[in-house]
Amino acid sequence: MTTATAIPAGTYTTDGVHSSAGFAVKHMLATFRGSFATVNAQVTVDEDGSARLQGTVPVGSVIVKDENLQAHLQSPEFFDAEQHPEIRFDGLDLTIDGPTATLTGDLTIKGHTGRVTAEGSVVGPIEDPFGNTKLGLQFETVVDRTKFGLNWNAPLPKGGFMLANDVTISVDLELAQS
Amino acid sequence: MRVLGISGSLRRDSYNSGLLRAAADLLPPGAELEVFDALKAIPPYDAHADGDLAPAPVHALREAIAAADAVLVATPEYNASVPGVLKNALDWASRPHATNPLRGKPTAVIGTSTGMFGAVWAQADARKILSTIGARVLDRELPVPEAAERFDAGGMLRDTEVEAQLSELLAELGDAVEAREAALARAA
Repeated sequence: MTTATAIPAGTYTTDGVHSSAGFAVKHMLATFRGSFATVNAQVTVDEDGSARLQGTVPVGSVIVKDENLQAHLQSPEFFDAEQHPEIRFDGLDLTIDGPTATLTGDLTIKGHTGRVTAEGSVVGPIEDPFGNTKLGLQFETVVDRTKFGLNWNAPLPKGGFMLANDVTISVDLELAQS
Repeated sequence: MRVLGISGSLRRDSYNSGLLRAAADLLPPGAELEVFDALKAIPPYDAHADGDLAPAPVHALREAIAAADAVLVATPEYNASVPGVLKNALDWASRPHATNPLRGKPTAVIGTSTGMFGAVWAQADARKILSTIGARVLDRELPVPEAAERFDAGGMLRDTEVEAQLSELLAELGDAVEAREAALARAA
């Protein structure tokens, strides 16, 4: 249910340049971060205020700092881009309450679907200098990557593993009313 | 479907080469197997000698992999792992890492040994190596123990149970090739 902030009913589509999706995961000692260059999302707000978010991210648009790692992430050991070229989010509910938002939906990665809930914030709607109604959304959640078929790991010589299972996913969306 | 067979054994009467010959006869209809037989000619890996300078047998290996729809590795077991010549060949084949010809290639590992375990640890290591290189490695093994009792004097496999398992594995390899072709067609 959409409440406090009045968001006009309609469809809002991401601006590709100003939207991003990223992930962060503990790699031995430090937090490793990567992102996806392409994020496609659409928010639908009904007349009764209920809202949903649908989104896709092409696996091939992953950005990390090493081309070999980039290739590894595309391989069957990780996202398996050939067989599963897209990460998908099928939103069930987007509840906006003032400046905060709660998102619920089904996340599909590598053919594995899991229900996720993400807390976030809302900015806008505002009118941009060109007369478009713009909406900003930001969400963050933590998922267990092994529930989505991303099981790769490497044992460390003195015990433990190279890569954590919990991955923080964050998305920043700038959407325009169509 | 074109399958490239690579035997990790250089021995003239190798049982693993025999296993590849058996595989050639058990392929799904329309498939053919070509064996890469120049493993001995591949020099020790040297990054300095790679790139445009790569030795001719290395070029031949990379081109043979690139031209194949699938790869079938038959490995013996030396000291609980793959033979050095096989690892060396795969190390050459894996470069450059991001664009190597094994990337995404449906690949299966089989193996036989004269002992009781059928090169099962070598096969596990081979799958790990091939997965790291980026191949799509079938998650199954075919350990054939006591090779001397399963191959005849002419080096032909004489074991219907192993033949049935090998047929199943090759059919699964064929399925992986079809799934890849379908995925690439969807993406095109």
